[in-house]
Amino acid sequence: MNRIKQLFQEKKNILSIYYTAGYPNIGDTIQIAEALEKSGADMLEIGFPYSDPVADGPVIQASSKKSLDQGMTLKLLFEQLKDLRKKVTIPVLLMGYVNPVLQFGVENFCKACAEVGVDGCIVPDLPMVEYEEFYKGCFEEHNLSNVFLITPQTADERIHKIDGLTNGFIYLLSSSATTGKNLEVGDTTETYFSRIKNMNLTNPTMIGFGISDKQTFDKACSYANGAIIGTAFVKAIEDGNIEESVSGFMQKFKG
Amino acid sequence: MKYKVNEKGYYGDFGGAYIPEMLYPNVEELRQNYLNIIDDADFQKEFHQLLKDYVGRPSPLYLAKRLSERYGANIFLKREDLNHTGAHKINNTIGQILLAEKLGKKRIIAETGAGQHGVATATVCALRNLECVIYMGEVDIERQAPNVARMKMLGAKVVPASSGSKTLKDATNEAMRDWINNPVDTHYIIGSVVGPHPYPDMVAIFQSIISEETKKQLIEQTGNDQPDYVLACVGGGSNAMGMFYHFMDDENVKLIAVEAAGKGVSSGFSAATTYLGKEGVLHGSRSILMQTEDGQVVEPHSVSAGLDYPGIGPQHAHLFKSGRGQYVSITDEESLDAGLLLTQLEGIIPAIESAHALAYLEKMEFEGGENVVVCLSGRGDKDLDTYIKYFKL
Repeated sequence: MNRIKQLFQEKKNILSIYYTAGYPNIGDTIQIAEALEKSGADMLEIGFPYSDPVADGPVIQASSKKSLDQGMTLKLLFEQLKDLRKKVTIPVLLMGYVNPVLQFGVENFCKACAEVGVDGCIVPDLPMVEYEEFYKGCFEEHNLSNVFLITPQTADERIHKIDGLTNGFIYLLSSSATTGKNLEVGDTTETYFSRIKNMNLTNPTMIGFGISDKQTFDKACSYANGAIIGTAFVKAIEDGNIEESVSGFMQKFKG
Repeated sequence: MKYKVNEKGYYGDFGGAYIPEMLYPNVEELRQNYLNIIDDADFQKEFHQLLKDYVGRPSPLYLAKRLSERYGANIFLKREDLNHTGAHKINNTIGQILLAEKLGKKRIIAETGAGQHGVATATVCALRNLECVIYMGEVDIERQAPNVARMKMLGAKVVPASSGSKTLKDATNEAMRDWINNPVDTHYIIGSVVGPHPYPDMVAIFQSIISEETKKQLIEQTGNDQPDYVLACVGGGSNAMGMFYHFMDDENVKLIAVEAAGKGVSSGFSAATTYLGKEGVLHGSRSILMQTEDGQVVEPHSVSAGLDYPGIGPQHAHLFKSGRGQYVSITDEESLDAGLLLTQLEGIIPAIESAHALAYLEKMEFEGGENVVVCLSGRGDKDLDTYIKYFKL
C-alpha cells in the first residue's frame, strides 16, 4: 500500500514538514529527512526549486534561489534520493512547479519518483484539467498520489471534483496567500475549515500555510487530519548544525 | 479562425491556465465574463469613445517616403507612438480598466518592464479613480527613471521587484503574488499577450484595434487592405499581436515578428526567445521560453527593457510553430542604428523596442513596390539616455 494512505489510516494529528532540497547546503537533502523522521515528523514534502516560484513568499523564494545557485536540478535531486528508502520510512512527497517536471519529462519523472520511493507529488501550478488528461495515468501507474490545493475561495463543486481526482490527501490553504503568511484563525477561517470538515470528503485533509507553532498546529488538527509546516521550518534551519536545528524546531510541537 | 484561441484556452499546443489554486477563482471569473463584457454594446461604445477622445485614435498610418526610397518598397508606419502616453500599451489598459470596473474591482495592479505599461495603467487608474500598484524590476527602475516619476505623479505606488534578474519577469512574479494575496477586490492588468487564459486573448482583442484601423487605412491609401508584409517587435508580443490580429487569416500577408537578439543570439546576453527557447510553462501559460535543461528560466538581455522577457505569448508560439509567422531577431546595436536612421530620415525618434522592427527592413530584399507595414509601437523619449550614451550625443 502507498505509504501516504497507510499513514492516514494509522494516525491522527499528522505533522508534515516541507523543506527545500539542497538548502541550506546542496548536500543536506537526505540528512534533513533523516533528522526530521528521528525528531517525530510524520511526513515530508521535499521542494524541488524553481526560478520563478509565484506561489511562494520571500523565505521559500530565497531558499529556492540558494539551492539553484548551488547547482540543484531534478536530476541531482533524484541522485541524492537514491538511497532514500534505506534511511527514511515515513511518506515522502516532492513539491515544486510544473516546468522542471515538463523538461524532465512526465514519464521519466514518475518513473524516477517510483524508483527512489517517493509516494506523491504536489505541483501547485499543474491545472486539474491537464492533470486529468495528460498526467493521471502515468501517476497512477507508478503509484504516486497527486495532491491538490484548495483555498477558502474554492467552490464546493470543485472540491468534490478534486476529491475524486486525488488519492493521497487534500491540501487546505488556510487563506489565499503566498507561503509564509501568518495564520490568523478568525471566524471566517473557522467557518471555512468547518465547511470542509462537513463535506465528508473521501480523502483526508491537511492544513497548510501559516502554521508555525504548537498552538496553530493544534488548532489546525481540530479541523483536519494534520498540518503542514514549511516557511517556519525553512527559516529555522537557515544556519547552524542541521541535527540541532531540526530537533530544536521539532521540540516546539511536542508535549 | 485557425490561429485564435479554442474553447479550452489553447492555441495549438500553447496556452492554457497553469496557475496555482489561489489564482483560480480570479482567473475563472475573468474567463467566464470577459467575452460577454467586451461584446456588450455599451462597453464597446465607451471603449471606442475613450480610444478616440482620450487616446487620440485612430493613430495615423504614415507612408514614410524617405524610408521607402531607401528600401525600394512602400514603408507604412502605424503610428502607435502618437497615442496618449506614447505607446500602444494604453489600448489594452483602457479596455481592462473598463472591464475591471464591470467586475466591481477597486484596486488595480500591474507589472511593467520599460515602464510604458506601468504608465498606461497608472494613467487609466487616475482617469477612473482606482487605487494603483505597479511592480517594476529594480534594474528597470534605474534605467527608466522618467517613467517611474510619471507613474508616481499619476498617483501610483511603484513597488521594486528585487528577486531574480530584477526585470520584467520578476515584476510579473511579484504582481502574481500580490494577486494571490488579494484575491477579491483586485484586478491584475497584464500588459502583454502572456499569462493564463484568458489574458493572451483578452489583451490581443484590445490591441487588435491596431490592425483593424490599419486595414481601413490601407484601403484608403492603396486600395488594398492586404499588404505584402507586416512587421512588429516582440517581447511578450502585445503590439505584434495587435498588428497581426486581423491579418492572421490573410495567408498571403507575411507576418514578421522581430525579437531582441541583445548582444547576439549566441552571446549569452539575448532575448531571442524562439531561437533560444524551448516549450515550457511560464507565468501561467504553456509557450516557448528561454530555460535551462532543468527547466529553470534563463535571464534574458536586451538594450530595450520592453523586449527583455524570456518568453513570448502562447499565440505567438503557435504562429511560430505553425510557420504562419516568421520570427527573426535584431541586435542591440542594429536596433539603435535603426532608431537613429528613422530619426534622421523621417524626424521620428522611435522607442528602441520599435526600432528592432525597423532594423529588420535592412535585412529584407524587395523587388520594388511591395507594401510593408511596420508597427511603430512607441516613441523614444524614454530611451534618450540610451541613445545619448550609444551615439555619444
